[in-house]
Amino acid sequence: MEYVIEMLNITKDFPGIRANDDVTLRVKKGEIHALLGENGAGKSTLMSILFGLYRPNKGIIKVNGKEVQIDDPHVANDLGIGMVHQHFKLVENFTVTENIVLGSEPKKSFGRVDIEKATKKVSETSERYSLSVDPSSKIEDISVGMQQRVEILKMLYRDAEILIFDEPTAVLTPQEIDDLMDIMRMFAKEGKSIILITHKLKEILAVADTCTVLRRGKLVGTVDVADTNEKELAEMMVGREVFFQVDKPKREPGKKVVEIKGLTVKDNRKLKAVNNLSIDIYAGEILGLAGIDGNGQTELIEALTGLRKIESGKVVLNDVEISNYSIREITEAGIGHIPQDRHKFGLVLDFRLDENLVLQTYYQKPNSVRGILNQEAITKKAEQIIEEFDVRSGKGAETSARSMSGGNQQKAIIGREIDRSPAFLIAAQPTRGLDVGAIEYIHNRLVAEREKERAILLVSLELDEILNISDRIAVIYEGEIVGILDPEKTDEKEIGLMMSGSKRVGVANE
Amino acid sequence: MSRLKKLLMDESKYQITVPIIAILLSFLIGTLVMLFTGINPLGAFKALIRTMTGLNLEQMFTDKMFNMRYVGEFLTTAIPITLTGLSVAFAFRTGLFNIGAEGQLLVGATAATLASVLLDLPAFIHVPIVLLSATIAGAIWGMVPGYLKAKFNVHEVVVTIMMNYTALYFTNYVLKALPGSTLIKTVKSNPSGTLESDFLSSITNGSRLHWGIVVVALAIVAFWYIIEKTSFGFELRAVGFNPDASRYAGMKVNRNVMFSMMIAGAFAGLAGAMISVGTFDYGRVLVGFENYGFDGIAVALLGGNTAIGVMLSGLLFGGLKSAQPLMQANGVPMEIAKIISSLIILFVAMKYGFEMLLRNYAEKHEKEGK
Repeated sequence: MEYVIEMLNITKDFPGIRANDDVTLRVKKGEIHALLGENGAGKSTLMSILFGLYRPNKGIIKVNGKEVQIDDPHVANDLGIGMVHQHFKLVENFTVTENIVLGSEPKKSFGRVDIEKATKKVSETSERYSLSVDPSSKIEDISVGMQQRVEILKMLYRDAEILIFDEPTAVLTPQEIDDLMDIMRMFAKEGKSIILITHKLKEILAVADTCTVLRRGKLVGTVDVADTNEKELAEMMVGREVFFQVDKPKREPGKKVVEIKGLTVKDNRKLKAVNNLSIDIYAGEILGLAGIDGNGQTELIEALTGLRKIESGKVVLNDVEISNYSIREITEAGIGHIPQDRHKFGLVLDFRLDENLVLQTYYQKPNSVRGILNQEAITKKAEQIIEEFDVRSGKGAETSARSMSGGNQQKAIIGREIDRSPAFLIAAQPTRGLDVGAIEYIHNRLVAEREKERAILLVSLELDEILNISDRIAVIYEGEIVGILDPEKTDEKEIGLMMSGSKRVGVANE
Repeated sequence: MSRLKKLLMDESKYQITVPIIAILLSFLIGTLVMLFTGINPLGAFKALIRTMTGLNLEQMFTDKMFNMRYVGEFLTTAIPITLTGLSVAFAFRTGLFNIGAEGQLLVGATAATLASVLLDLPAFIHVPIVLLSATIAGAIWGMVPGYLKAKFNVHEVVVTIMMNYTALYFTNYVLKALPGSTLIKTVKSNPSGTLESDFLSSITNGSRLHWGIVVVALAIVAFWYIIEKTSFGFELRAVGFNPDASRYAGMKVNRNVMFSMMIAGAFAGLAGAMISVGTFDYGRVLVGFENYGFDGIAVALLGGNTAIGVMLSGLLFGGLKSAQPLMQANGVPMEIAKIISSLIILFVAMKYGFEMLLRNYAEKHEKEGK
């Protein structure tokens, strides 16, 4: 069998860490080859080597059977290798065409860009693959799914035969994901080869032909997707048995803990991001808030936690109105907040772990007495949280937060927020960027808090997560709740339609 | 493996090893510059040693071997720049860049002179009032940029630079308006309101060393205590590292920015008193800046913005500064001292580069060891 890409015995060292250790990846012509692994398993490093961003310490790369030296992305382009990065690399205020031709513009006399010719080629390519991209609209005006198609067109415009997709579905709605998979299948049928980087098993089973699994920089194996299943792939990825379903006893919700009534919040551009939103959250329930990124979730959380001004409406916690409380008063009233951006809000990375674990309580007894820090008490508190939440770090309480792994940083934040014993816990994308093991732990922990009669608001972009652990699901679209669903009686498709605003359930349609 | 190698490869000690490498390299390059320009580098080192220890290497084992006067003068020079160093370092710890130590120092110096000239009280109450006036004046001068930053997000660098000039002309105006002032200086301060010390002067062979040395020691301890031991310092550090997370945790970021600039200003104001009622006993009308504030930036940078670091780097820069006349006498242009000081700053600013080199070195060493 003929391989288009052969990466043989690749080893790549970074200071203090071996990112790839003797990894071999072989991709056949016309196949969709998934590259699976947890965060930090070395997937991105391997692809960056193929794309010419890094050079391997050992090993050889062959394209179409010929050994090649890929020193920089231009060489990769010339070899027909294209990549859609996880974070798009587009100029916001340029048009689709301008973005696509950037760097290889067709020229008229005097070096002028021949934009008509470019537009024509772009719309031809777009039509040929039925991508339905409008070449003349600006990037800032089109949806994230469309932006991704622009990235895809960029590769096609440069005649790429080998297409690398880096976690392409993270930003898409379920419908957009289906469309993307159709596009990938079409490319494969045409004889293009696709490498799909992902940690989502369902996608691999749905679309890939072959799957190569990496774990901690090492090759675990390459399998035919037809001969495997979700459980086996997960075990290969994590190295142990994984349980997908969280064991969640059924229970009746308790009393009303949080009442949000007619809440309106503006975003940074002074536009209404949360629009007259009302919802209640009860003790002992996990309310999952589903929605596409940018539909007011961030602003809602910031308003609830005092980080953003409430324009109108009110928030009541255990019969006390907290709408006008300061951030500290809200914290003291018993709201815990696992922020979605843990490096920006959750941690002071240059602080030690123990200092981070008392970030909201450093001034309270016993951590401080009359304005003087009590290091002994702080250490004791830190060690208790570290022990209870299994936070692993090099030097215990004295470890610098920056040097900890993402999963352990998140465990530390969750430990801190749960330990403050809030009546109401807001978890914003608590498992983003974490590996399967850490996700499993965090889900179980949230369910355990539900058992302790706490009200929990789970905001997530991952539908699996919402469906898996929520007791009720609220769908947010353009700052409004467009439906409240029972996870037992719904599916991804229905939620997906509501997330994109095409369906409303159980709420007044104003 | 030798201990030096081990030390160089210890990542947790970079905070100490990197500045030391910077200092050694600067002296090395300074020496090379002297060799290339035909100056005997020994003259520079002898001058520096004599300034900082009082030892005269050219007249060993004679009665002229040792003179404490040099040490006294060296410490007198180190006092104000250590305090402005603390000022800049304090602001840095909160994520602010206090370029305004110069202006805060000037208003502090003037306030001290006013309190010293105009009041006539017993020394045990007069001296504290003089020092307090300087501290408060500096704090007010620091509060203005702090307030503007907190309220309107005006960058503190812009405001403090402007306020340096305001301070220069304003204090000159005030000093000249004092009864009895000439165009260049005020009348003498009341002896009860100065830091002059016959005792310190006598043990240093008649130098200008004054009680300010005690004030600096207390200031260093206060700096360390506020930053490391109080919950207020915890907030300031948190805000300095990550204002978003601090706000999330319920800290009042804007209020802390203002307090931090006030405290930074207070340190610089105190530095002003060290000069106007310590080194001198009259207020001086200045033609231009004397760069104590900018020296403070250098001191804070080299000292890594820690109390003990600022103390040590204050001594080093004080030594380099007060060695200049002696160097000149030994046939070394005083610019050499300035070149060395500047190189130190240059190399400290390149600290990430050094850390990278050290890391590569450690890595290479590890490979060879295997």
